[in-house]
Amino acid sequence: MATWLLRRLIQAVFVVLAMTVIVFLGVNVIGNPVDILISPEADAAERVRAIAALGLDKPLWQQYLVFIAGLLHGDLGRSFVYNEPALRVILQRLPATMELAFAAVLLAIVLGLPAGLYAGLRPHAFLARTLMAGSILGFSLPSFWVGLMLIMVFAVQLGWLPSTGRGATVTILGTQWSFLTVDGLRHMILPACNLALFNVSLIMRLARAGVREALPSDYVRFARAKGLRPVRVIGVHVMKNILIPVVTVVGLELGTTIAFSVVTETIFAWPGVGKLIIDSINLLDRPVIVAYLMLIVLLFVVINLLVDLLYTVLDPRVRLEQAA
Amino acid sequence: MTRAASATLEVRGLSTHFFSRAGVVRAVDDVSFAVGRGEIMGLVGESGSGKTVTGFSLLGLVDPPGRVVAGQIRFEGRDITGLSDAEMRRLRGRHIAMVFQDPMMTLNPVLRIDTQMIEAVQAHERVPRAEARARARDALGLVGIPSPEERLRAYPHQFSGGMRQRVAIAIALLHRPALVIADEPTTALDVTIQAQILAEMQALCARFGTALIWITHDLAVVAGLADHVAVMYAGRIVEKGTVEDVLDQPMHPYTAGLIGSVPSRTRRGERLPGIPGMTPNVLNLPPGCAFRTRCKRADATCAADPPEFAEDAAHLHRCFHPLVAIPA
Amino acid sequence: MSAAAGAPAREETPFRRFLADFAESRMAVLGLVVFAAILVAALAAPWVSPQNPYDLAQLDIMDGRLPPGAQSAEGMTFWLGTDDQGRDMLSAILYGLRISLFVGAGSALLAGVVGSALGLVAAYAGGWFESFVMRLVDLQLSFPSILVALMILAFLGKGVGNVMLALVIVEWAYYARTARGSAMAERRREYIEAAECLALPRIRVVFRHLLPNCMPPLIVVATFQMARAIALEATLSFLGLGVPITEPSLGLLIANGYQYMLSGKYWISFYPGIALLVTIVSINLVGDHLRDVLNPKLRR
Repeated sequence: MATWLLRRLIQAVFVVLAMTVIVFLGVNVIGNPVDILISPEADAAERVRAIAALGLDKPLWQQYLVFIAGLLHGDLGRSFVYNEPALRVILQRLPATMELAFAAVLLAIVLGLPAGLYAGLRPHAFLARTLMAGSILGFSLPSFWVGLMLIMVFAVQLGWLPSTGRGATVTILGTQWSFLTVDGLRHMILPACNLALFNVSLIMRLARAGVREALPSDYVRFARAKGLRPVRVIGVHVMKNILIPVVTVVGLELGTTIAFSVVTETIFAWPGVGKLIIDSINLLDRPVIVAYLMLIVLLFVVINLLVDLLYTVLDPRVRLEQAA
Repeated sequence: MTRAASATLEVRGLSTHFFSRAGVVRAVDDVSFAVGRGEIMGLVGESGSGKTVTGFSLLGLVDPPGRVVAGQIRFEGRDITGLSDAEMRRLRGRHIAMVFQDPMMTLNPVLRIDTQMIEAVQAHERVPRAEARARARDALGLVGIPSPEERLRAYPHQFSGGMRQRVAIAIALLHRPALVIADEPTTALDVTIQAQILAEMQALCARFGTALIWITHDLAVVAGLADHVAVMYAGRIVEKGTVEDVLDQPMHPYTAGLIGSVPSRTRRGERLPGIPGMTPNVLNLPPGCAFRTRCKRADATCAADPPEFAEDAAHLHRCFHPLVAIPA
Repeated sequence: MSAAAGAPAREETPFRRFLADFAESRMAVLGLVVFAAILVAALAAPWVSPQNPYDLAQLDIMDGRLPPGAQSAEGMTFWLGTDDQGRDMLSAILYGLRISLFVGAGSALLAGVVGSALGLVAAYAGGWFESFVMRLVDLQLSFPSILVALMILAFLGKGVGNVMLALVIVEWAYYARTARGSAMAERRREYIEAAECLALPRIRVVFRHLLPNCMPPLIVVATFQMARAIALEATLSFLGLGVPITEPSLGLLIANGYQYMLSGKYWISFYPGIALLVTIVSINLVGDHLRDVLNPKLRR
């Protein structure tokens, strides 16, 4: 187990390193580093000073090492727009995005799992077929359009829910969370639904496929032959088997969910890192872009690692292969 | 064959059909037999002969598009043919238990052994978990699994095939059922393990007075284990009687063919006789005797339905041209 | 040939059988028909649409933000309303479809060629090349497509060419993985061995013998990728990172109308959205059924 963990960690470090190279090349080789790292409003004299200060006159590999050193210290440059360290700008907005992402994933599981279970148990029922048809729509529809429709229906036409922004927040541990207030929840519902749509469809289809695969299997038949009640056969035997692929996919999709929050946050004006990155790209606030990319990569690598770990916990067959 | 009213299991005219778009498959066609207390019956046939479906039909485990369409099943004198699923559930695992062929897939790979055994106990009796666990441990010891306490916490894939099958048998015997249906339980195991398990099953059944139906394609197993045997072909029983009668003096050409195709020391050097042809496509059974396309003795009369079993004979067959001597 | 003795000799080529299987799903056929209609409409846009929305001479700002069904000063009916510049929405949608389809289908095709070639060669060549390519594929696929596209566009800037490049870079990995998987299975088959025994040049073996047999799953991938590409391009354009304003795709049209949603002028965003939706869903319907039909494991 320990060797496997070590191997995965090394892989993860390698990936992060590769990303630093890619980002570095993107900034310093493809783009014009002078434009990227120096505020466009600087005059000529300031530019010369900045170039020297940023070391842009040094050889490329030296610049890369400086970049890495800065990374390890958490120094990713200063935002042009906010005039603060880029990392701090991002970290301030991260909780909002994480909150939204988790709400979306939770929603997806709570809605998708029972729906998929039902569709698997009664595949020919009208409701089941409607749900499956709906799931095709769910991952076909571009999420930004769904968001617009949600706003149009629930905020404009019906006026039930607010269309933009984050609601009232409560400060815990120095960060602000909005799910603890009713107003916060009201603001969170539409964007969370929007973000959850793709995942709901995915989970529903996965659960249904899992159930249809498990039901005719020998162990289900054996469980019935033992005289177990149907609730237990499905709730324990079938469920535990389909949970494995569902959880792994959800875990992997967590990263995608966070990535797609750029769209949802833009539409609903949710103050998270997603909205920040879009604004930054449009405003050419490159240090923030660089910082965001690095942070996201780190996040992804960590998530993938955790999902792998979770998978070994859930599936006992895998555990032993690693121990061997 | 016991004819007493206290026969543990009496099956009359059981028919299970599968309804598909391609046609109706008569997987089990007018099957009748009886098993008495403590008796072991072998149900023999090739794959596709309907023996497994017979086993499922007895427990009401036939899934759509299959369905029991006719017949009567009497268990300990009680008619259980038309019981609801809830009532069948009370029987399953407690009074009638089943052991399947491939233990890897019958034990849920993601649940621990103790979970799967405790739930089998608690499904039928309200006992606290600790007591259920103790019973599970004792059951494992009963089937000859060493250090049962540690084994309980293991997962199925940590066991060898033979061990897993013993666990399945232990689960079957948890409630000391009156009848155990074993569907080819040793087919997937190697011969030495097979012999061990056979011996243990025999001993356990003798000890608890459990009736046992052993479904298999292997005549050698039946010879060593069973009291009486029924031979199935294409969904119908073609011969039944005591093991001595049927194996020493088979009446149906198919039975003779099966016996003849078993390699034997006494016929060294001779070509191994097989049964010509292949099992028929169950969708297109020829009218009359299903075996006639492969039978050397078939003629025009075989196109009519073969004779029914005479009620009180001990050694019964369904053939117009039964054998009366052992094949040379 | 598996027909039982005595079956009538019908000319059933694999292609005919494929058509018959495909036609079994009415939804898929519907999807195909709808998509074909959309394709035709988009191609014929310059001749079919009531107005050329990019010809400034034809626009009158006084016609701006009119609801569907309104009339212009010259008596032309704006069937789907107008946007804030006075452009007829129907025309804008038809022209927008051209861009969306061009970028979407074009990138899917390009990515298909590149990705499939790499995947096939990787499977055939084996060794370090295969490991390298597959590592790259795994790396790429562990990141969500939108992020990769964002990154590329952030460095390169906007424009149709850049968007297509970004999409190709996002998509090639799916093709590569599928092609490689398929090729690895086919590689062991006898006909490849036979071709190698004939000492055919390896390139020929790969592309003339291996490729045609790996096509079915690749076609399925291509169908889904096209839908994804169209959706992704729309998303990127909506976010302001995609095509320029001079060549608006459906995504950009939707973005333009976004601000008017809250004041009730829904049609500026809504109808382009419907067009986008119908396009994507129809492609997905076709792809879904295509996958079942071409799946050898589900052969009935």
